[in-house]
Amino acid sequence: MKNENLYNYILGIADNSLILGQRLGELCGHGPNLETDIACTNISLDLFGQVRSYFQYAGKIAGDGRSEDDISMLRKEHEYKNVLLVEQPNTNFAYIIVRQFLFDAYHLAFLRELQKSPDLTLSAIANKCVKEVSYHERFSSDWVRRLGDGTDESREKMQEAINDLWMYTDELFHQMEADKAMVAEGIGVDVTTLKEGYYAYVKEVLEEATIEVPESKYFQKGGKHGVHTEHLGYILAELQYMQRTYPNMEW
Amino acid sequence: MSEEQIRSLERHFNERIARDEKIEPKDWMPEKYRQTHIRQISQHAHSEIVGMLPEGNWITRAPSLRRKVALLAKVQDEAGHGLYLYSACETLGISRDELYEQLHSGKAKYSSIFNYPALTWADMGAIGWLVDGAAIINQVPLCNTSYGPYARAMIRVCKEESFHQRQGFEIMLKLCNGTPEQKEMAQDALNRWWWPSLMMLGPTDDKSVHTEQSMKWKLKRKTNDELRQQFIDQTVPQADVLGLIVPDPDLKWNEERQSYDFGEIDWDEFWQVVRGHGPMNKERMKARVSAWERGTWVREAAMAYAEKKQARKEKQAV
Repeated sequence: MKNENLYNYILGIADNSLILGQRLGELCGHGPNLETDIACTNISLDLFGQVRSYFQYAGKIAGDGRSEDDISMLRKEHEYKNVLLVEQPNTNFAYIIVRQFLFDAYHLAFLRELQKSPDLTLSAIANKCVKEVSYHERFSSDWVRRLGDGTDESREKMQEAINDLWMYTDELFHQMEADKAMVAEGIGVDVTTLKEGYYAYVKEVLEEATIEVPESKYFQKGGKHGVHTEHLGYILAELQYMQRTYPNMEW
Repeated sequence: MSEEQIRSLERHFNERIARDEKIEPKDWMPEKYRQTHIRQISQHAHSEIVGMLPEGNWITRAPSLRRKVALLAKVQDEAGHGLYLYSACETLGISRDELYEQLHSGKAKYSSIFNYPALTWADMGAIGWLVDGAAIINQVPLCNTSYGPYARAMIRVCKEESFHQRQGFEIMLKLCNGTPEQKEMAQDALNRWWWPSLMMLGPTDDKSVHTEQSMKWKLKRKTNDELRQQFIDQTVPQADVLGLIVPDPDLKWNEERQSYDFGEIDWDEFWQVVRGHGPMNKERMKARVSAWERGTWVREAAMAYAEKKQARKEKQAV
């Protein structure tokens, strides 16, 4: 492939939305009330819309006739480049909200930079996504405050969720070969520069929510390299089910 | 209030309905009118949210991104319908929590069709095409019903439902123009959803307990049997376009009636499902009740947070 770094770079961005969208899609009809049900479905819908734009572009770059569906549904597990955070399960609504907030805060900062990319397709996608993701971030940070500063029970549940998911945050700022190459070409976002602002903002929201910021210095990584948690295999089993069972058909 | 006064109010009320005027929440209405509307509107709202389950079940497995996005949007629409139908119902003096309570305890009903399982991708097509198709036939007359909030909610619901129905038909069309395996999947879905869809239009007229009163209040404009005939006459030609066989050996065009004759519906099955013993009744209720129970702490926290915020605001004002 002529432009393999750009192709991999796009996949690295899109896979996060793909897997998080899939996780949120599991919730449809099972939320704590209708309003949150609608909001989670809506976020999932936005994320899949973004995925389509990215993968249509990736297909063009690959130039081998692969469609958005081939790219999203016909890779092996180790070829998915999403961060471990987004594949974590819907343990309860606290985990769902904390996972969403930890990702949204990163996603929004990332897209604001990607808007400036000289790659016109990427910046156009970012322009569209940034509006959606600022709504996601408002939704998730509001719920972090609400549940953290709600009842004793809800604070406890939120604290447990943040303690468990914190170790997946550092990976958001790791750079792969493709990321470095795209930064060097001036096309990609240097995520390392987002890290400080991210943690400062997340801590601010957690403090408002009366949730303690975990002090652990032990983090997990691997997703960006294609080494995932045990959860991803099951996610892909559902995501790929139709394409694998009925190959080469139009739907 | 004296009996004479009530009779006069009732007379005035019936005249307004006869003139096609809308009844609004603050207007006087007979208690039976209020109760009937609570029953029907909430049943409709419950059907929307229980109906999210069989389709929601296929979101993670949709065969393409385009289909996944469309299915998500559709299920989201249904949640939205639930939301404005519950709101319309609340204008009659009952809370959403009470309505949920009635659903969870089994006191309130929802459309029996959702007690059938969605087994293959083709079911997403068949549900849109047939179930939403039958729903539209039931619902279009409600856009002119006498109770204002319900009529206004239905105008919006119907617009979206007809979009869903086209979307379902399009899923079927794609399958029928696809491989033999895909066409077989479509036929299998039609075989399983055809009869339950006919049952969706309700028991036959001689068995329908609410028809007469509902006609008077314009909650109904046509009888169940008329609606069912309309559905069949409209749907059979669509099955022909798809090249699918309607699973009824007695189905035949009647030149004289300019309508299709059709076979006997298995009403024992219908009543079995209505009484709670369909293939999925227990699972559907379990899913709803468990979502509600698992969400209790979330709703309590949201309330507590709102109260704290209000208190802080008041303190600041002082």
